[in-house]
Amino acid sequence: MSPLQKMAAIILCVTFVLMVLATILVPAPYDRQFRDVPNAGPSTAHPLGTDGLGRDSLSRLLYGTRVSLLLAPAAALLSTLVAALLGSAAGFLGGWFERVVLAVTDLSLALPWLFLLLTVRAMLPLDVPPMVSVIIAFLMMGLLGWQASVRVICAAARGVKDSDFLLLARSSGCKPARLLLRHVVPNLRPLFYAQFWISIPLFILTEANLSILGLGVMEPMPSWGNLLRGFEDFPAVAANPLRLVPLILLVIVVMCFQLVLPSQEVTQ
Amino acid sequence: MRRACVVLALTLFLCRPSFVSAESASQSGGELHFCLRGEPKTFNPLLVEEDASETIRYLTGGVLIRLNRQTQALEPSLAVSWKVSEEGRKISFRLRSGLYFSDGTPFTSDDVAYTMKALMDPKLHSPTGDSFRSGEGQVDVQIPASDSVVVTFPAPVAGLERLFDQVAILSAHSPKKEMAVLGPFYVADYAPGSYVLLRRNTNYWKKDKEGKPLPYLDSIRLDIQRNRDIELLRFRRGEIHLINALDAEYFDRLQKETPAVAHDAGTGLDSEFVWFNQVPTARLAENKKTWFRTTEFRKAISMAINRADLSRIVFGGHAHPAFGPVSPANHFWFNASLPVPQYDSAGAVRLLAQAGFHLEGGMLRDSSGNRVEFTVITNSGNKSREQMVTMIQQDLSQIGIKVNLVTLDFPSLIERITRTYEYEACLLGLVNTDLDPNSQMNVWLSSAENHQWNPKQSKPATSWEAELDRLMHAQASAISDKKRKADWDRVQQIVAEQQPFIYLVNKDALSAISPAIVGSAPSVLDPHAFWNAEVLRLGPDAALGAQK
Repeated sequence: MSPLQKMAAIILCVTFVLMVLATILVPAPYDRQFRDVPNAGPSTAHPLGTDGLGRDSLSRLLYGTRVSLLLAPAAALLSTLVAALLGSAAGFLGGWFERVVLAVTDLSLALPWLFLLLTVRAMLPLDVPPMVSVIIAFLMMGLLGWQASVRVICAAARGVKDSDFLLLARSSGCKPARLLLRHVVPNLRPLFYAQFWISIPLFILTEANLSILGLGVMEPMPSWGNLLRGFEDFPAVAANPLRLVPLILLVIVVMCFQLVLPSQEVTQ
Repeated sequence: MRRACVVLALTLFLCRPSFVSAESASQSGGELHFCLRGEPKTFNPLLVEEDASETIRYLTGGVLIRLNRQTQALEPSLAVSWKVSEEGRKISFRLRSGLYFSDGTPFTSDDVAYTMKALMDPKLHSPTGDSFRSGEGQVDVQIPASDSVVVTFPAPVAGLERLFDQVAILSAHSPKKEMAVLGPFYVADYAPGSYVLLRRNTNYWKKDKEGKPLPYLDSIRLDIQRNRDIELLRFRRGEIHLINALDAEYFDRLQKETPAVAHDAGTGLDSEFVWFNQVPTARLAENKKTWFRTTEFRKAISMAINRADLSRIVFGGHAHPAFGPVSPANHFWFNASLPVPQYDSAGAVRLLAQAGFHLEGGMLRDSSGNRVEFTVITNSGNKSREQMVTMIQQDLSQIGIKVNLVTLDFPSLIERITRTYEYEACLLGLVNTDLDPNSQMNVWLSSAENHQWNPKQSKPATSWEAELDRLMHAQASAISDKKRKADWDRVQQIVAEQQPFIYLVNKDALSAISPAIVGSAPSVLDPHAFWNAEVLRLGPDAALGAQK
């Protein structure tokens, strides 16, 4: 691990610790409105100031970090699992199954996902608590974000399929299911990890985009996405530059996720 | 001879400056720039139904009677006088003589007759004409003299003369048809998707106090720009002179940078409100249906919402707590005796207790023990509405009610509130451009589609809705403004008592006007910033926009 990777890992660890201890560290509940001090600057009561409705910015940042950093990896895990299942089976089995999987992947890559998400959200029941709506949002992202990984995993599985050790296993009488689970999948594991790690920042940014459009995490629950919406109010940002902290944290965390990834040589 | 010509030319040359300066004194000239927020769908003034076309109709159309946007009084325009008779069925106009359309065609009573016939032609489907349709039968137009016209409708039309503010007179004889106008400007050029250029109508009849012909401006360039951020950016860069309507957020931004250009004309006609779904067939839990139909429940919710905070925080002080369906800005029709909405969470709890609700561990429960919780939907992307719901969440949590917020894209939201009725409560706003109560017939009649809490009823579901129906019909058929006002006051009182719509705030009429414009007087009625376009002119420092 290089020094840069170590530093990135430390930053991520610190962020996770802060996220876990949010309940203890926050100066006020994230949804409490101090209506006498909207858009206030930093003070002892509100170290990062308050937002447009007078809610403590630090509390919202810590809780928002918790929401984004817990659910983005969950969504990444889900999408990686789907991609691993479809990609490795398609690459290993080949033939019509591979063609169908890749055709479906291409088709879904061509779909306008934003409109599909809008439609899906419109069809969901309305009387769901905010936490459930958050889980639904990330679940949808996880279920809909596997396409890019499938192509990579399928190509790698195809390479493994033609390898000597698999030929040896096949000649020893291994059945296809055993070949896939005991020989192909373990050899693709580093690739799965890589896909998982690179998906996390992708989902964090997707949630941020969806929240900006009003489709992600619902108020009053904070997330990095809806905290970024505060930047629409330029004068308030200019008056209190600490409002940029969520953006800075997002950039740092996304960079750290990229840095802690094992390099290509190590993966292979 | 040659010398005489030189002297004549010299004389003309020396005279020229005084001639030009006389012209510039009467015509200050200059080109006003601002944005249309959409493509104009039509230049035919009788077919106007959206904002962009309405702007062009207002600036180019000559009307018989004009509503003064500042005093809210009707003023003679192409008609020097008028008289309504036969209980609002008949209106007689005496026309101004010696007027010409922009193309030089003379204005006669034939033009008024032609316009009225076209307006009421069912084949034309004129949205403006719909306001005049009060009963079955033909509209009769008589021309007793060259300067007078009598229009008789099959049934009484309430607020008849006020409706003529929307009727731009067409020429019966001009080959240019609707492009020949009697207003201060005419459409000179149109580049679809880009701009509409209006030029000064030199045949416009109006003159200023000193007898100088109006309008002062040479032309108006209307750039088509849908994006409001870009519109604001262009104003700040100095590329346009005015923004007719601004959101509170943009207004604050502008006011902080250049206070002189931001104009708050005061409480406007637009309102924001929330309502509960009371449709009997809606797929809601029965206990929720019962809450929503309980008057005490709705009144308690209304009492528990801090409207002053909504106005101060969400709209930066550029809104005022709303009283009911009529804004205080509507001087004549507003019922001033309505109680001012008071924030009283303790009173709300008492009222809920009377209706069988009780607090248990900080949570409100109904008589069957169900926790009181509901979801408010609003349109996504509207920051102020999301903020209002978020504030209402905290207000109602004080009385033990849990509120969830769901934002939906606009088509999905409309589908739910108009067709499937799969929602519990909704927060939306109403853009009101007409002062007359008749414009709200489609809201208050129980059979109306916009009777949003329970639309399209075959017969009124409640006694107070039956009374609303009776009052709305009564005011629509009454000729006396006093009688109409009494009926409409009662409607407002019932709405305040029953709270089918819980009115939250009336937004202020906000606009941005460059200091380069002389003569501006922003009004609460639309168009806020250019209602007096004929007397606007660009000052000596005629550079564009906010930069100056």
